[in-house]
Amino acid sequence: MIVELGAFALILALVLSIAQTALSAAGARRPLLAGAGEGAAYGAFIALVVTFGALIHAFVTSDFSVANVANNSHTAKPLLYRVAGAWGSHEGSMVLWCLALTGFGAAIAWFGQGLPRDLKARSLAVQGALGALFLAYTVFASNPMARLADPPIEGASLNPLLQDPALAIHPPMLYLGYVGFSVVFSLAVAALIGGRIDAAWARWIRPWTLAAWGLLTIGITLGSFWAYYELGWGGWWFWDPVENASFMPWLMGAALLHSAVVTEKRGALPGWTLFLAIAAFTFSMLGAFLVRSGVLTSVHAFAVDPERGLLLLGILGVAAGGAFALFAWRAPSLSPGGGFKPISRESAMVVNNIVLTAAAAAVMFGTLFPLIREAIDGQTISAGPPYFNLIFVPIMVIGLVLLPFGPMLAWKRGDALGAAQRLGFAALLAVGAGLLTLAVVSPRKALASFGVALGFWLLAGAVAEIGERVRAFRVPWPEVRRRFGGLPRGAWGSSLAHFGLGLFVLGACFETAWKIELAEVMEAGRSVPLGAYELTLDKVGVVDGPNYLAEQGLLTVRKGGKVVCTAEPERRFYPAGGQTTQEVAICYRGLDQVYITLGERRATAQGQPAWLVRGYFNPWVQLIFLGPLLMALGGAVSLSDRRLRLAPGQKSKGGRKSREAAA
Amino acid sequence: MKRLLIALAAFACIAAASDPSERMADPAQEARARNLFRQVRCLVCQNESIDDSTADLAHDLRQVIREQIAAGRTDAEIRAFLVARYGEFALLKPAVSAPNAALWGAPILVLLVGGGLLVLRLRQGAATAALSPDEEARLAQLTREERD
Repeated sequence: MIVELGAFALILALVLSIAQTALSAAGARRPLLAGAGEGAAYGAFIALVVTFGALIHAFVTSDFSVANVANNSHTAKPLLYRVAGAWGSHEGSMVLWCLALTGFGAAIAWFGQGLPRDLKARSLAVQGALGALFLAYTVFASNPMARLADPPIEGASLNPLLQDPALAIHPPMLYLGYVGFSVVFSLAVAALIGGRIDAAWARWIRPWTLAAWGLLTIGITLGSFWAYYELGWGGWWFWDPVENASFMPWLMGAALLHSAVVTEKRGALPGWTLFLAIAAFTFSMLGAFLVRSGVLTSVHAFAVDPERGLLLLGILGVAAGGAFALFAWRAPSLSPGGGFKPISRESAMVVNNIVLTAAAAAVMFGTLFPLIREAIDGQTISAGPPYFNLIFVPIMVIGLVLLPFGPMLAWKRGDALGAAQRLGFAALLAVGAGLLTLAVVSPRKALASFGVALGFWLLAGAVAEIGERVRAFRVPWPEVRRRFGGLPRGAWGSSLAHFGLGLFVLGACFETAWKIELAEVMEAGRSVPLGAYELTLDKVGVVDGPNYLAEQGLLTVRKGGKVVCTAEPERRFYPAGGQTTQEVAICYRGLDQVYITLGERRATAQGQPAWLVRGYFNPWVQLIFLGPLLMALGGAVSLSDRRLRLAPGQKSKGGRKSREAAA
Repeated sequence: MKRLLIALAAFACIAAASDPSERMADPAQEARARNLFRQVRCLVCQNESIDDSTADLAHDLRQVIREQIAAGRTDAEIRAFLVARYGEFALLKPAVSAPNAALWGAPILVLLVGGGLLVLRLRQGAATAALSPDEEARLAQLTREERD
């Protein structure tokens, strides 16, 4: 009964989304209809909450008469993974996607009081149309509630690799990020229809961009961390098509964050900001298509038939094609906005955007070109990590070297010499850190030492950003203090995000260049060195899990003869799906990690039982995950900036008041 | 001599991570082998290099590459051998060739076009009339406020 209610609510949400589109489109000039459109937006969201609740209920109670549950769940699975199973399958993840889409529609209705009435109504119309497209796809092509005539007694279970806390919350974060860009997309299309793109519009898209980008950052980081400790070979980014699918909207979102500032403060680049606003969600939809169509092979892809992929491609074509056509038609009439000099904040932001767009192009071509090539001459090729390291990394390095200059430059006309002077200390620190690394850390690696220098350059640059805003060392101390207290949250957010990026660069370079790996067949009692550490396999026992059997190794990790931790890596067998997985054991040592896996059972030369143990010493690896989280935190801090929540008319007054209060 | 030792230490730790039952006796050769493994796709896997994969085919390919290294073939020869046998698909780094021009060129083209557009925009901006001293003063005041 609950399942039927969920199925009904799903169809209701589709009908309400269509109503939302029609009412809101007509409501741009008639307030009464606009109000009805908003009501439909709330209704569609509530209906999907019901569907989602019904789906989770079916998973928790293991109702195997529902095809989706039978294919993806199992009674022996722990509760958390039965709940998470609701979005672990293709059908369930489409419900989550639609839930986010209608949720953001309701959010426009709720939080959009500051928007002009016609812009708000048109955005809701566009958002409703997006919702209707994806809901129609879910209802007609991937119904999560379809019943089985002949229900099995036991379900087929979820891939054990996916039974993991990080992966249970990774998709919701990722989807909120992906779909968050739909609001920006809707606001862009609505503005194109209305023909008014100004500083105020740029200000309205900023909070949504920040929220979507921040959530996407968290989602990608969680996914990367999951791959790091679940796939069991110590890598954290594989340039896998599915990772790339989430990375492209992230890069576009990062570019949009910066270009929106230029449009807001200076009225410049409105066309480009619009283009990015449309492109970010287009890449989100492209990601949804790539993951589900089966056109690309990947470790994470949902196994789905090509016909459904084709439908998703159709949705992508209609939504993005329509938006870009509208853009091409309206964009030439946009005013170019204020002029600026080659050395200025605007120029720096444009360079940032060029770099991020080129980087996104590298990711896109690396992901899609093999398909294009196959279509052209039938030749299949692969573009893997070596391609991205050669193209993507140098492009980003250009951007990272230039990054700290941006915040040092004034709008319209900056002072290159002054900026260089104010960054002198940062440059000194970076060069010093790089040289020190080259001299002290062994083995010597010039490129990696440059990476370390780059990391410190970004860290110091982020600190200098605050120093510049408070005019440190240039105005009297009490004045600096006053300025410090009155800094807008946006300034802190930007500095935090750039600092996080520096931490990430530092961690990524250090870990990649100086990790130590080891693989040894060990019998109980044997010790092997791993860098400065020593691993001893004490024993291997057998463990009975809730839905698996495991061999569990007990290893002692010593440094200088002293025990620093014990590790219990497992090799698990899941009878439900017949799969074997490795459960990594990690010893956290400050920023470093000792990472141990237990492999297959073998025998020593003497015929004693032994196990293939792999150990990795990953120096500074913690920074790779901390950095992006700090970037997301920077986004959240910026989002809490008072200026973003005020209607434009109130801006200067409110801003001044808060500054006075702070002083 | 010291440099050589450091280089050897680096080789040794790269070489140490492969399965001990497959490992070559010479650490320098083993390091070369692993460097090659990272550039070769496990053809039957989802999307992994043969260095990461535990599939049987990956195991076989690793063995083939090790044998060829032991036989004294160069990296380029081994890559050519793999392409002849399995096609370009086997290499994770696509060839820099005419059919792959878009793959290698597009990101660089974006950089160049973007840079060109920026220069154009700057020229346009310079061509529009300069501000009057009055406007300059007002602007200076406004930008000061903005930056606070």
